[in-house]
Amino acid sequence: MKANVKVGIVQFPGTNCEYDTQHAFAALGCETQILWHKEDQISTDTNLVVVAGGFSYGDYLRSGAIAKMSPIMKALKTYANNGGKVLGICNGFQVLTETGLLPGALKRNEGLHFISRHHNLKVISNNNSFLQHCNVAQVLNIPIAHHDGNFYIDPDGLKELYANDQVLLKYTDSEGNIDNPNGSIDSIAGICNKEKNVFGLMPHPERAMESLLGSDDGRRMLEGFLNA
Amino acid sequence: MKAIVNVFLKNGVLDSQGKAVLHALSSHGFESVKDVRVGKQIIIELSETDENVAKEKVAHMCEELLANTVIEDYEIEIQA
Repeated sequence: MKANVKVGIVQFPGTNCEYDTQHAFAALGCETQILWHKEDQISTDTNLVVVAGGFSYGDYLRSGAIAKMSPIMKALKTYANNGGKVLGICNGFQVLTETGLLPGALKRNEGLHFISRHHNLKVISNNNSFLQHCNVAQVLNIPIAHHDGNFYIDPDGLKELYANDQVLLKYTDSEGNIDNPNGSIDSIAGICNKEKNVFGLMPHPERAMESLLGSDDGRRMLEGFLNA
Repeated sequence: MKAIVNVFLKNGVLDSQGKAVLHALSSHGFESVKDVRVGKQIIIELSETDENVAKEKVAHMCEELLANTVIEDYEIEIQA
């Protein structure tokens, strides 16, 4: 394990998973820093920037829509375009799609309910730094907690995701059979960009760090960023 | 000058809220309801005096923030 991995965690008004995320990466031995949304620089020695979950700007207008106008997002775009690694969790995933750093969009859950429970996810691709320690078809138990997690992309976009190995995770049951909680197209729970340095998922790996608390499967996922 | 912006999910993108409202109306005896779409209306007061300039600026606002054009369409109406 590399001792000096530096993780920046973006905080908007309404973000509420930044300290859980900080705790998770600190537990993995990383140096962590909260990045307030008004900051317009991201230090180039940062190894990973996490856009944490929550309800940035109260989810007004659309989840993640107002957050994308923040100074930090401009800096984040530059950071990502220079190859910097970015992980968006839940609201962070919504922010990244709104910003255009990830394709597609997150719509209201098909059943219209807020869903908060553990869910199984199947690893579709580990050909990326994030899931490098997971096996393809491995089933992970990770909590989900969202209202707008219904991933949508048009048919051409979907084809492109598969063609470039960008579909990372799907919602399944414990056996790995598709079990779609929110209406996401093809039951997709997480994707990455074409360059494989920007990752987004609705489930919360930072909430699955201790088996005592239900699951430590999130550890294996986040550890992918340690030897980036 | 006032701009009225209507934002709706694109045709072909499932409108779960519209479907739920349709279902609720139908089950309350409004049998003639055939379809329902739920969107949002954004009303903007502008200091512009030229209608075309106003429309252009509001279209830019829609592209930048007010609509997510991956899933949504927008319509702009300018009122003097």
